[in-house]
Amino acid sequence: MTITNYLVLAAILFTIGAVGVLVRRNAIVVFMCIELMLNSVNLTLITFARSTGTVEGQVIALFVMVVAAAEVVVGLAIIMSIYRTRRSASVDDVNLLKY
Amino acid sequence: MPVDGLLSVTWLVIVLPLAGAALLLLGGRRTDRWGHLLATGTVVAAFALAVACTVALTDRAGRAVSLDLFTFIDTGSLDVTAGLLLDPLSAVFVLLITGVGALIHVYSIGYMAHDPGRRRFFAYLNLFVAAMLLLVLGNSYVALYVGWEGVGLASYLLIAFWHTRPAAATAAKKAFLMNRVGDVGLALAIFIMFAQLGTTSYAGVFGAVGLLAGGTVTAIGLLLLLGACGKSGQFPLQAWLPDAMEGPTPVSALIHAATMVTAGVYLIARSAPLYDATPTARTVVLAVGAVTLLIGAIAGCAHDDIKKVLAYSTVSQIGYMFLAVGLGPVGYAAAIAHLLAHGFFKAGLFLGAGSVMHAMDDTVDMRRFGGLARRLPITFVTFGLGYLALIGFPFLSGWWTKDAIIEVALDRGGWSGWLLGGVAVLGAGLTAFYMTRLMLMTFFGRPRWEDGVHPHEAPPSMTAPMVLLAVGSVAAGFLLVAVFPLSGWLEPVFGEPEEAAHLVSPLVVSIVVTVVVALGALTAWLYVGRREVPTTAPARVSPVVTAARRGLYADTVNESLVMRPGMWLTRALVWLDARGVDGAVNGAAAALGGGSARLGRVQTGFVRSYALGILGGAVLVAGALLAVTA
Repeated sequence: MTITNYLVLAAILFTIGAVGVLVRRNAIVVFMCIELMLNSVNLTLITFARSTGTVEGQVIALFVMVVAAAEVVVGLAIIMSIYRTRRSASVDDVNLLKY
Repeated sequence: MPVDGLLSVTWLVIVLPLAGAALLLLGGRRTDRWGHLLATGTVVAAFALAVACTVALTDRAGRAVSLDLFTFIDTGSLDVTAGLLLDPLSAVFVLLITGVGALIHVYSIGYMAHDPGRRRFFAYLNLFVAAMLLLVLGNSYVALYVGWEGVGLASYLLIAFWHTRPAAATAAKKAFLMNRVGDVGLALAIFIMFAQLGTTSYAGVFGAVGLLAGGTVTAIGLLLLLGACGKSGQFPLQAWLPDAMEGPTPVSALIHAATMVTAGVYLIARSAPLYDATPTARTVVLAVGAVTLLIGAIAGCAHDDIKKVLAYSTVSQIGYMFLAVGLGPVGYAAAIAHLLAHGFFKAGLFLGAGSVMHAMDDTVDMRRFGGLARRLPITFVTFGLGYLALIGFPFLSGWWTKDAIIEVALDRGGWSGWLLGGVAVLGAGLTAFYMTRLMLMTFFGRPRWEDGVHPHEAPPSMTAPMVLLAVGSVAAGFLLVAVFPLSGWLEPVFGEPEEAAHLVSPLVVSIVVTVVVALGALTAWLYVGRREVPTTAPARVSPVVTAARRGLYADTVNESLVMRPGMWLTRALVWLDARGVDGAVNGAAAALGGGSARLGRVQTGFVRSYALGILGGAVLVAGALLAVTA
C-alpha cells in the first residue's frame, strides 16, 4: 500500500471543496465544501503521520476537528440570522460590506 | 589723559535730541501744543553743548577725546564697545548738524505751523539729528553703522511724511531701497573688518591696515565707497535724491542737502588711512565724484521743479566733495570746507525755496513763478546770497571752497589732473547756468502766477533762519579758508597740510573759473532772462535736453537693469513655488487619494471573489515555495 492513493484522494476531495466554495451560491453548500477541504487536509495529515510513524500529524488532525466543530457552530448561527433577516441563503446577496 | 569735565558728557549731545524724539513719539497728543518747542529746544541745547565741547577740545593734546560708554557686543573674539570719538573732524560735523539743524527746527515751527502732523514731524526731525550725531560721533564702524541706518530710517519717515500722497510714499520707498543697496556694501566692509582684524574701532582698524593684504584693503575701500554712494546720492545710486524732494522742504534742507547726504563724504574722509593704502579704490572715488558732478549739473539744467534743480545741484556739489576726497590727503580739508560751506548755502537755498512755495500755494513749477523779487524781498536777498555763494561769486563761500577743489584737482598733474580740473571747471559753468536759470525764472521777469495766488513774505520764524544761513553762506568760506584755516584745525586727523607746488597759479585758476561761471550765467540769461518763459515746458527739444530732463536716464537704467530682471526673477520664483513646490505636495496627496479610491474598488462585497483571491494567493505562495525549494 503506497501513500500515493491517499494523497491523490485528498487532493481530489480538496479540489472538489475548493471548486464548490468558488462556484456555489448557497451558503450551506459552501459551508459543506469548506468541511470537505478541512477533511481532505485531515486525511493528508493522517497519511503522513502513518507513513512516518509519528503522532504529531494525528494530534494536529484532532485540533482541526475541534476547530472545525467550533467554526460550524458559529458559521451556522450566522447563516441562520442572515436567512432570518434577508430571506435568502445566497452568499451573493450578502454584499453590503464593501468599499 | 583721562576725560573729565565737560567732555565726559559728550554723549549728552546725542541723548538730548533722542530724548526729545522719544518724548514726542511716546507722549502722544498731550505733547501736541508744545512738542515742537521742546524739539527745537533740545537741538539748540545740543548745539550749545557742542560749541562748549569743541572749545574744550582745543585745549587738549591731540585734540581728540575717546569715550567708552558700554559694551555693545561681547561674544568671544567679537568685542564691540560702544564709544564716542570727538576729534576735529567729528567736531565740525557735530557743529554743522546741530547748528543748521537748530536753524531748520526754528524754520519748521513756521513752515509746519498748520500741519496736523506737526508733532510727528518734529519727533522724526529730532530722531534724525540724534542718529546723524551718532553717525559722526561713533568711534567704530559699528557705531557709525547704527547711526547710518538711523538716518536712513529718519530719511524714509520724513520723505514719506505726507504719506497719503502716492508720490511721496513711492519716493520714500525708492530712497530706502537704493540706500539699502549702498548699506549692503558698508555692512560687507564691516564684516571683512571683523573677519580679518576682529575689530571695527577706528583706532584698531587704522592701526592694522598695514597687516592686511592689498586686495583686502581695496575690497574694503570699494565696499565703503558703495555705502557712501548710496547715502550721498552718487553715481550709480543718485536717482533717489531728486525724488526725495517729495518730503517737506525743511527735510530737504536738513537731510537731503546739508547733513545726511554728506555722510558719504564723512565716511571716506574718516577712512582716510584705509584709502591711503589703496590707490585703486581712491581712483574709483575720484571717478565717481567727477562723473556725478557732471551728471548732477547736466540734469539740473533741464528741470522746472525748483526743488529738483536744487536736489541735482546737491548731487553735483557732493560730486565735488567726492572728487576732493578722492584726490587724497591734499583734498580732504578742501572737501570738508566745501561740505561745510555747502551745508550753509544749500540749506539756505532750500529754505528759500520753501519760502517761495509757502508764498505760491505749494507750487514748485518755476514756469509759474517769475517776478517774485519785489513780493518776497527777504527771501530774494537771502536766496540770492546763497545763489551767489553756490555759483562761486568772488569772495563768497563757494568761491573759496570750490576753487580750492579745482586747484587741488589741477595740481594732480598729468592728463588726469587736466581732465579732472577741466570737469570741475565745466561743472562750475553748468552750476552757474542752472542756478542763474532758477534765479531768473523765479524772481525776475513777468509774473506767470496761477490764478488766485497772492505771494506774501513768510513769518519771522522762517525768515530769521534764512538770514542767518545767508550770513553763513557769505562768510563761511572766507572764515574756513582764510581766517581759521580748516586744514590747520583738521591737522590731527589728516596730518599736516602740505603746501603743494601749484602747477597752475591760483590766480589764473580763479580768473578762468570766474570767466566760465560768468559765461554760464550769461547763457542762462540769453535763454530765460532775455526772452519770455513759456508756462509749459516746450515739447520739441533736442535729445540732450530730453536726456537731462530724465536725469540722464538713471531711472530707465535702474528699471531695465535691476527692477525688471528682479520682477522677472520674483515671478519665476512665485511660479516655481506655486507649481513646483506646492505642485509636488498637492500632487502626492492627490495621487495617494486617487490610488486608494481605485484600490478600494477591489472590495466588492462578494464573498466568492474574496475566496478566489485567497485561493490564488495560496497557490502563488505554494508555487513560490516549491520554486525555491526545488
